Amino acid sequence: MQPFSGLSLLRRGLSGQRGWTQQWRRAEPKGAYDAVIVGGGGHGLGTAYYLAKEHHLTRVAVLEKGWIGGGNTGRNTTIIRSNYLFGESAALYDHALKLWENLSQVLNYNVMFSQRGVMMLAHTVHDTQVSKRHVHANRASGVDNEWLTPADAKAFCPPLNIGDIRYPVLGAALQRRGGTARHDAVAWGYARAADALGVDIIENCEVTGIRRDSNGAVESVETTRGLIRTPKVGVAAAGHTSVVMKMAGIQLPLESYPLQALVSEPVKPIFPCVVMSNTIHAYISQSDKGELVIGAGTDAYTSYTQRGGLHISGHALEAVCELFPMFRRLRMLRNWGGIVDVTPDRSPIIAKTPVPGLYVNCGWGTGGFKATPGSAHVFAFTIARDEPHPINAPFTIERFRDGHLIDEAAAAAVAH
Amino acid sequence: MLLIECPYCGERPELEFVYGGQAHIARPQNAPDLSAQAWSDYLYQRDNTKGIHAERWRHTHGCGRFFNALRDTTTDHFIAIYKVGEAAPAALKTRKVAL
Repeated sequence: MQPFSGLSLLRRGLSGQRGWTQQWRRAEPKGAYDAVIVGGGGHGLGTAYYLAKEHHLTRVAVLEKGWIGGGNTGRNTTIIRSNYLFGESAALYDHALKLWENLSQVLNYNVMFSQRGVMMLAHTVHDTQVSKRHVHANRASGVDNEWLTPADAKAFCPPLNIGDIRYPVLGAALQRRGGTARHDAVAWGYARAADALGVDIIENCEVTGIRRDSNGAVESVETTRGLIRTPKVGVAAAGHTSVVMKMAGIQLPLESYPLQALVSEPVKPIFPCVVMSNTIHAYISQSDKGELVIGAGTDAYTSYTQRGGLHISGHALEAVCELFPMFRRLRMLRNWGGIVDVTPDRSPIIAKTPVPGLYVNCGWGTGGFKATPGSAHVFAFTIARDEPHPINAPFTIERFRDGHLIDEAAAAAVAH
Repeated sequence: MLLIECPYCGERPELEFVYGGQAHIARPQNAPDLSAQAWSDYLYQRDNTKGIHAERWRHTHGCGRFFNALRDTTTDHFIAIYKVGEAAPAALKTRKVAL
């Protein structure tokens, strides 16, 4: 791997950007691996990286049915925050946030992590009470979060309309450590770093079956590019988790919904932070390219179409225009959908399964991007040690049977 | 937006309806005797089918009645609409779809 540095950037810049080499190999599937990760998004690629880096498992393959980062990693609104209500969630998401803070240095790849602050608006008395409760709970568990008056919110984000709207802004919760990152760079950075440690990243390779031995343990995976023997399979397949896990005879409490996002035409820097509103439902930030990145809600029905109804994104735009009247004349460039796997308590599952050698990382619902490094880190631990990391120990499949739900109403800005 | 054919009112826009989740899930008669696993399965386990999915809809802003539908979750096309209490049309339910 050719390391990036200020000097190397300068040298290539002076020679017309020629001479850069391929950042990772185009690997062919081998017959056997120590571990196979199903799903080449941020979570899967990150898991492979930490397996190689921290657990010294280097005979690892990441199998991706399309291209890496082409699923929800490339379809989200890149918001990163850790201000979740419950201790279990705050620990998990703050673990991720701490890893985000050094990720560019660790991967030697600029993931463009920008701690510009995430501000969550309150529009009703109920919102205000719930938000303040979050602020207090977060501060008690060492996660930064602060309460802003409407004037403070306006000062932090000048385009915000706090008064002249149907649901005026009554205050806001601000996590200053929150922000955004460049989604593609996360997938590419992990892919490049994992590849340098010997991990095979195999694209256009769809898993079609999971074979088990006479003891019921994982033996191999069938793929569109041949049979691959492996004693350990980690599934990080987001909206298609149910489809993959069914191959091993496992049903999970998941439902897959389309979640939409859209971007505007690019404009000059105008929007300094991330703003989310649960009540009138929109979230918005500005990318470094200048596009406003806007998140809409999930559709009402389960689906695998990666589309969703136009009225859902229309609703988000109405909210954005109400909160930021200056954007009313902006044109939208693109909209798209991703398929998100939602659990009954809106918290993820990162756990062993009843099948020996099969592990699952799923249920991130509408908010998995922010957790990418933390999720990958504890999932790699779980796969390597065959036991959960203390941080993901509560996020089992059995919690639904035992009643230990992590009923995280703060899971996303998506009303539910 | 989907166009959904209510069996009582005819074709109407999706906004008039509320989605009711997977169809044909009966509440267990003997709830107190169920194991935690069986109760949890009833509450939380869903097929999450990629393909033909039997599901409930309610025409909330219309006749207010529930009905069932078969919909292909890979295209969002409705295959069949049928009334509560009726079995899902078997021939359609097993129709092969490419995963």
